[in-house]
Amino acid sequence: MTATLDPPVRTSPLLDATRPPLRPVPLRGAAVIAEVAAAGLTGRGGAGFPMARKLAAVNAAVTVTGRTPVVVGNGSEGEPASSKDRVLLTTAPHLVLDGLAVAADAVGADRAHLVVTPAAVAAVRAAVAQRSDRVPVDVVAAGEHFVSGEETAVVAGLEGRRAVPGDKFRRVVESGVHGRPTLVQNVETLAHLGLIARSGAAWFRSRGTAAEPGTALVTISGAVARPGVFEVDHGAPLRDVVGLAGPRGETPVLVGGFHGAWLAPHEVAGAAFCRASLGTFGASPGAGVLIVLPAGASGLAETARITAYLAGQSAGQCGPCVNGLPRLAAELGRVAAGHGSRPDDRAELYRLAGLTEGRGACHHPDGTVRLVGSALRVFGARS
Amino acid sequence: MTTLHLDWTRCRGRGGCVELLPELIGRDEWGYPLTATDVPVPRALRGAAEQAVRDCPRMALQLSPRFAE
Repeated sequence: MTATLDPPVRTSPLLDATRPPLRPVPLRGAAVIAEVAAAGLTGRGGAGFPMARKLAAVNAAVTVTGRTPVVVGNGSEGEPASSKDRVLLTTAPHLVLDGLAVAADAVGADRAHLVVTPAAVAAVRAAVAQRSDRVPVDVVAAGEHFVSGEETAVVAGLEGRRAVPGDKFRRVVESGVHGRPTLVQNVETLAHLGLIARSGAAWFRSRGTAAEPGTALVTISGAVARPGVFEVDHGAPLRDVVGLAGPRGETPVLVGGFHGAWLAPHEVAGAAFCRASLGTFGASPGAGVLIVLPAGASGLAETARITAYLAGQSAGQCGPCVNGLPRLAAELGRVAAGHGSRPDDRAELYRLAGLTEGRGACHHPDGTVRLVGSALRVFGARS
Repeated sequence: MTTLHLDWTRCRGRGGCVELLPELIGRDEWGYPLTATDVPVPRALRGAAEQAVRDCPRMALQLSPRFAE
């Protein structure tokens, strides 16, 4: 699945299966935060939060609470169209474990959890058994729902509760696993940390853009000849990124996965794979999921199908999500089927979107609203 | 400023907060409070907000001194 890259592409440091484990950990404590800040590493799980700020927030919480922190590597990957975390964990598990060890040292943790998709558990456990990390790593199978990878859901699962998102009155960095300050980082973010610990911030910044340094793993699927996982530079032309997978024609692309946004073909041609560029289309790199719409397929119908799936993936806890998402899916289905060509039908969709957005414990409703809004923007001008 | 925080995972739309804080909280068509997750509370409504927190049968409301995110 690591995909032979064609046309010639630079090597993939992240997906190098031959690199031996990092030993001993070369960077510790404040030096890690300084190096990560200099590198400008941001989270690769979707939100893109700067890792140095999260490390500092955990350290601050440790100072305030006096409690020993926990680190969590998050490879839950609940998004069905994403495989990059599984591919990374099965191809280069030691690199992720290196990053987890560096992160654990940076905050002084005494426990490390690695939550991975069930298909990767055996490979990761085998890698853990080959190592002698200071902080013991416990490998746990993730919940298999769309929202299971959300930070508070991961914490709930580790505490033995149902792995669904929780309220955010107290932040996970302050009060996470069993009330301890907790650092949750996506496994790809940890792999980047493992590379930064070896090669430094300047090396990391040799790829990507000044504002968004480094590379990211993307999962490309849909109407392409070679679906798979690829490592790409932030700021690369989006058309070239999609081109790695051999798209069948110039069609719309869903950028950022099921919580992402559609880009029309001419937008794909003009955009770059980074927050700055994609943001102008209401999209973001997210967790690197790119879905190419087949030529001739109805973007509205496809989006209605995804929205119905997302409605079914609600954890069932928050009223606006439980009630709003099925309504959104049904109304979009009507519009897609051609029964919604009256302006009033669009107005009802926008009203429901406004009613649902920002009213839940997690961003599942917001992400769904973003998807629907982008579909109306790209596909819904006339029908 | 004080912020009223709503835990959506606890809320079942009983409506007490809607009655106590009509200036801040409406009610949607499903019966749930029509508000953002974190709402700044003006000083004049502080007492009503405290009562809403005390009276919520689902214990879904909390006041915090931090700003809404």
